[in-house]
Amino acid sequence: MRSLPTILHLDMDAFFASVEQAAKPSLRGRPVVVGGLGGRGVVATASYEARRFGVHSAMAMAHARRLCPNAAYLVPRFELYRQVSETVMGLLRRLSPLVEPLSLDEAFVDLEAGPYGEVLAGAAPAAGADLVRALGEDLRADIAAATGLTGSVGLASCKLLAKIASEEAKPDGLVLVGPGTERAVLAPMPARALPGVGPATAETLRRAGLTTVGDVAAAAEPELVRLLGRAHGGSLHAMALGLDDRPVVAERDAKSVSVEDTFEVDLVERDRIVREVDRLAARCVRRLRGAGRSGRTVVVKVRRFDFSTLTRSETLRAPTDDLSVIAETARRLVEQVDVTGGVRLLGVGVSGLADFTQEDLFAQAAQRPGEDAAGQAQGGDAAHGDAAYGGPGQPRAFHPGRSAAPDGAAAGGADGSDDGDDGDGGAPAARRWMPGYDVHHADFGPGWVQGSGVGRVTVRFETPDSPPGRVRTFRVDDPGLRPAPPVPLVASDGTAGVAASGGGD
Amino acid sequence: MKFRVERDVLAEAVAWAARSLPARPPVPVLAGLLLTAEENRLSLSGFDYEVSARVEAEADVEEAGTVLVSGRLLADISRALPNRPVEISTDGVRVSVVCGSSRFTLPTLPVDEYPALPQMPTATGTVSGEVFAAAVSQVAVAAGRDDTLPVLTGVRVEIEDDRITLAATDRYRFAVRELLWKPEQPGLSAVALVPAKTLLDTARSLGSGDVVSIALASGKEGGGEGLIGFEGAGRRTTTRLLEGEFPKFRSLFPTEFSAVATIVTAPFVEAVKRVSLVAERNTPVRLGFEQGVLTLEAGSGDDAQATERIDADLEGDDISIAFNPAYLLEGLSAIDSPVAQLSFTTSTKPALLSGRPSVDAEADEAYKYLIMPVRLSG
Repeated sequence: MRSLPTILHLDMDAFFASVEQAAKPSLRGRPVVVGGLGGRGVVATASYEARRFGVHSAMAMAHARRLCPNAAYLVPRFELYRQVSETVMGLLRRLSPLVEPLSLDEAFVDLEAGPYGEVLAGAAPAAGADLVRALGEDLRADIAAATGLTGSVGLASCKLLAKIASEEAKPDGLVLVGPGTERAVLAPMPARALPGVGPATAETLRRAGLTTVGDVAAAAEPELVRLLGRAHGGSLHAMALGLDDRPVVAERDAKSVSVEDTFEVDLVERDRIVREVDRLAARCVRRLRGAGRSGRTVVVKVRRFDFSTLTRSETLRAPTDDLSVIAETARRLVEQVDVTGGVRLLGVGVSGLADFTQEDLFAQAAQRPGEDAAGQAQGGDAAHGDAAYGGPGQPRAFHPGRSAAPDGAAAGGADGSDDGDDGDGGAPAARRWMPGYDVHHADFGPGWVQGSGVGRVTVRFETPDSPPGRVRTFRVDDPGLRPAPPVPLVASDGTAGVAASGGGD
Repeated sequence: MKFRVERDVLAEAVAWAARSLPARPPVPVLAGLLLTAEENRLSLSGFDYEVSARVEAEADVEEAGTVLVSGRLLADISRALPNRPVEISTDGVRVSVVCGSSRFTLPTLPVDEYPALPQMPTATGTVSGEVFAAAVSQVAVAAGRDDTLPVLTGVRVEIEDDRITLAATDRYRFAVRELLWKPEQPGLSAVALVPAKTLLDTARSLGSGDVVSIALASGKEGGGEGLIGFEGAGRRTTTRLLEGEFPKFRSLFPTEFSAVATIVTAPFVEAVKRVSLVAERNTPVRLGFEQGVLTLEAGSGDDAQATERIDADLEGDDISIAFNPAYLLEGLSAIDSPVAQLSFTTSTKPALLSGRPSVDAEADEAYKYLIMPVRLSG
């Protein structure tokens, strides 16, 4: 156990919803719900205003709409969230190299491993705790300055307590659990607060008369082992006592590398699906090579128009990082899937990672004349970095209306960097304007889609630093209206960060 | 129908002909073995639409006739019979098998529903059974084993006058063997893609005979009716050919090298086997060639590691190269020579493995095993 609360847990407050409120002045103070707006959509994040109506994440969107009919319902803009997240993670890395991101809006930091580690090591318990608290408050202030958003900080001597502390601190607060007080803090909490205790385990514990963490801690370890099995029971007992020696791990060893795209308009043509698979394979291979890895199993994921999701995989006899081999395998796999009716999502991944590549006779021979002929097909995709697409565990990139714009150019509001890609486009289809997406009008400047239907689209013209803006309605095919990249939350005269991380033009 | 046959003769013939019977026949009659008795000859045939097998044996035929019985059952029975003459006769719709004091009666299958066995193609020639079996096993080792690319599960057989070229690849190595045969007519030219597993089975089972005759439909493209036939020692088998374009391979084989290493095969094989004990899941074994010495290494990072040095002669530049140990070992076994010769261009380009009868002799040009290296990243 550490003698100082040097493990920090940061959790951004209602992250996606807060970003939307920061970006859209008219939504500040109003309930905002971000998530999938389709028939089977679920809530990703609800703002605190919406939570008062009982809306919470993972709830069915239809249910949320009944509870809170007046909230603004928006589709996520992962590109922007990722940019903001990068800024926040950058601030965390100034505190310590040991930063363990759990998602876009949540991370552990080991302060002992950072520049303040030495001072902390030499500090008396009281002075040390003060210093740690000051670091936490500074971090919150830095985040607010760089992004305009609030985050909650938990500080404790282990990960378990740090996370519980940040939960207690919400919203916009900081809680420090002093070493030695862990058991007292944990005891009154429901057993569900412990990691690994879900509904099933909680019910098992409840039947044994153990409802709080204190009860679990007081129980004899053999009893828990009998109830829950050796591994689970043993670790739960230790957790309940506040004994958690899990280290903060900066980088988990990736098990797979994958990329996927959701298409706002379902893909129907085989040719186009194959082209997208090629493009995804190229992106996947760049990520794979960037990490210095190769892989043995190629996985293709297809979500069809009816949301049925299929994965097909093929294990090669040896690991490879060769684009032509991976693309060829992915194409072959997608051929096996019945795609009549359309495809909303395609993904290409590689697992069974290794650090060596069995070279392929034919792939090498094929490359010799035209060197990377397969790469040619990838068009402009090679031009932009992969960072934007996040790690394996991160939310998918959403490419709205990629093929939807009449002129065939990318129509992605959240993905301006893809402009010019796939210029040959698919069949012209009606433009669809998703609520929340950024647009630019030739006469009125930047704004966002408030809603659309019956051939009309309603746009509110405002930017993060403007006062709440006015609403105007256009025909969906208004020639002055075009999708635009998101406007940075903090203007470029603010701290480096969102504005610098690209996407703007 | 009624005939008598020696138990060993019957058991061997039935076992061979029943090999090609399908485990799950698409139609019931294909589970049967067709027995035909005439003029002191007994012939047995099996067919699964892909492979047909027909074997002839001597028998004491009392009454000629044809009958179709379950091949699996007949194989089990004939294997288990005591070593006495066996008498097989039809009795209405049943067949009785009598041997010593044991007696079996088996139901028959309708002969008229049995498909006609494919005809042997006409263009033929002969080759020594032993040579053919050895050549096929040298090449089949490199054939692909998974069905993702069916064309790679085959061995390409190219016939050009008195020369046969066998080639197979799984895209990581490529084995090519040339041999001579005696075509019945000069100027024959034919190409076939034969399933590697079937070819290997066939070549082995005919390898005991002096001579194997090979029959292949002539014509460059497709192979006519898509069949190849083999015959030897009273056994005859046909196999349906694979379709598809076998990759062009002659240009894959490098002709200029920056280094050529010669290593005595036996200690090389031993060393590769030893160091690859730590190469889990066929992680690579790394070979470092310097003048006079070859260093083998396997394992990396936190995992177990192994290293060994053996004598090797090197002409040309020092080179470090890594291979999948299984591919390397299979190649070293396939060259079937006391001395191995490895020729390199660079560490990322394919290396050419061939055999030498002795350290000072020239490399044997008849067999070449091209092996793709493993590239180490990071």
